[in-house]
Amino acid sequence: MADILQVTDDTFENEIVKSDLPAVVDFWAAWCGPCKMVGPVVEELAKEYEGKIKVAKMDVDQNRQTPAQFGIRNIPTLIFFKGGEVANTIIGAQPKSAIEEEIKKLL
Amino acid sequence: MYDIIIIGGGPAGLTAGLYNARARMNVVLLERLAPGGQVLTTDWVENYPGFPDGVSGFELMDRMKGQAEKFGLEIRSEEVVRIELREDRKLVVTSKETYETRALILSCGASWKKLDVEGERLLTGRGVSYCATCDGPFYRDQPVAVIGGGDTAVEESLFLTRFASRIYHVHRRDELRAVKLLQERAMAEEKIEFVWDTVPTRILGADGVEAIELRNVKTGETTQRDVQGVFIFIGTIPNTELLQGLVALDDAGFVITDDQMETSIPGVFAAGDMRSKSFRQISTAVGEGAAAAHGAEKYVEDLQGV
Repeated sequence: MADILQVTDDTFENEIVKSDLPAVVDFWAAWCGPCKMVGPVVEELAKEYEGKIKVAKMDVDQNRQTPAQFGIRNIPTLIFFKGGEVANTIIGAQPKSAIEEEIKKLL
Repeated sequence: MYDIIIIGGGPAGLTAGLYNARARMNVVLLERLAPGGQVLTTDWVENYPGFPDGVSGFELMDRMKGQAEKFGLEIRSEEVVRIELREDRKLVVTSKETYETRALILSCGASWKKLDVEGERLLTGRGVSYCATCDGPFYRDQPVAVIGGGDTAVEESLFLTRFASRIYHVHRRDELRAVKLLQERAMAEEKIEFVWDTVPTRILGADGVEAIELRNVKTGETTQRDVQGVFIFIGTIPNTELLQGLVALDDAGFVITDDQMETSIPGVFAAGDMRSKSFRQISTAVGEGAAAAHGAEKYVEDLQGV
């Protein structure tokens, strides 16, 4: 969990919206059990797609503005960005293959 | 070739893995997400023996996983896409590779059943939720509805009192199935208002849930409540997509086993929430996991003529 990019309300614009690479943001919180099931999968994908896609996490407990902006009311939620625009959203704990499929669409 | 492959890393699978690892079987557990299962959505577990003050669902599962790994259980994060049963071996095909095994333990669990009403699918993620412990904090000072009459529905209602301004607890009968202690707590909670003999007929809202339409099953009367969230706990459906046509299932799709946890196919065992039974608990899943592990060991030993 240590070396994955953590984004905040302050850094979101620069890191994700203005990112040259397509990006995936995992919206999570410490209180959420299924987030803990998806977290390791997202981290694995971050390693496997390093340099091709930017993978980041946002703690919705510490950051209220960005989750509200995207209307997030369920976690875990993964939002896929391409060129600063939302390309797709996965709500709930989905297996790795489902997440990877969305990542491939961004490349 | 493995002796035993376990599919699913909830309480049943991790317990089976613990027993099989201690028996020095050549065993691997395959889990499509991180291990833990549905217990991870439980805020606080009060009825698992050995924890008189309760334990968080996360801590309990972290301990079960750690205990199994301590004795050598290998857990792989792989999604099984197909199972093939051959006479002398079983093939488990994942998104990464194909494994061969002598015995198979199925502990794939169950998922929350959908209400199947208008608006549910469209508003999932926008107010419709199947996990209060995940999403409850998004509903601070907002009214919500909870649907269902079992332990989980009542526990989640009680959990939501920390955040929501009002909870309409909707149940199709005039009494709860939940254990008495939980009923007493819920009845004493001022924020919870029970709406009896009532079923949801529609979930309304454009960008997010705005209201729920309800029908009283005795009078036929239709009413609406303004809510921002709808939490649905009306029972489970087994995760048996992989098993269609392979092992015998009951009418509701749960796996039928004998009292050794063996399915209709020799050497294929099932344990936990996906099994056909009347009571689904962590404690029952754990017991079945141990029994399935034992059955699978016996099966492998018999094959090898030990």
